[in-house]
Amino acid sequence: MARYLIFGSCDPLEANDTARCYDVAASLAKEGHSVTFFLVQNGVFPARRNARSRALAALTGANVTVLADEFSLRERGITTDRMAAGVKAAPLDVVIDHLAEGAKTFWH
Amino acid sequence: MAGKKTLTFVLMDPPFETPRSTTAIRLIDIAVQRGYDVNVFAYEGAVNLAFSRQTPHANAVHGRDVAEEGHPVPREWVAEIFKQAQRTGSKVDWVQCGLCVDERGAGEWISGPRRGSPADLVKFTETSDNTLVIPTR
Repeated sequence: MARYLIFGSCDPLEANDTARCYDVAASLAKEGHSVTFFLVQNGVFPARRNARSRALAALTGANVTVLADEFSLRERGITTDRMAAGVKAAPLDVVIDHLAEGAKTFWH
Repeated sequence: MAGKKTLTFVLMDPPFETPRSTTAIRLIDIAVQRGYDVNVFAYEGAVNLAFSRQTPHANAVHGRDVAEEGHPVPREWVAEIFKQAQRTGSKVDWVQCGLCVDERGAGEWISGPRRGSPADLVKFTETSDNTLVIPTR
């Protein structure tokens, strides 16, 4: 079982291929891998409860850990009480933890 | 240092354009604060992150001088990473892709980074615990 760290840096409303990244993450988790999806920059927009949040809920339902960069959330005025279910705010340090532990990464 | 890690970051974006540059610098900063050794391969527009002639500007529209405006320039962030590394014992090897530098006439950069080639990137990936590629779009 491998460990994956996938970065979602794009707002799904500006980049349609974001959905494919979500699919890759869910597929990897379905195969038994440990997958963390890290939302950063405009990628945190769906972390605020909205029409696109269902995709993130599906990810967490597929056993993917979904984290959102605290700094990116703060920059965009997204408070934790307005976040989609299952998404957790996290410091960027988490990324370095994963890298140091050898997670396979890709950035979208 | 026991358990000391080496991480490689591959940067492609030019400064002043996207938040990816800021995120990259933030990540490198965290790794350096931990005392990890860090390799950076800056290519394409990213070679301008360390360009020494970046100049902060005033904001005449808002009536602020240079100091009041506090306009950040990435070369200062890069310089701070090297200073931080001295404090934490981290080794930072920041390579500027030579071809990319020449294409852009960006051969003047601050103290710290060195000129290199994709061969350095290969070496970095072979000797690092992990590599993060932050591509442009």
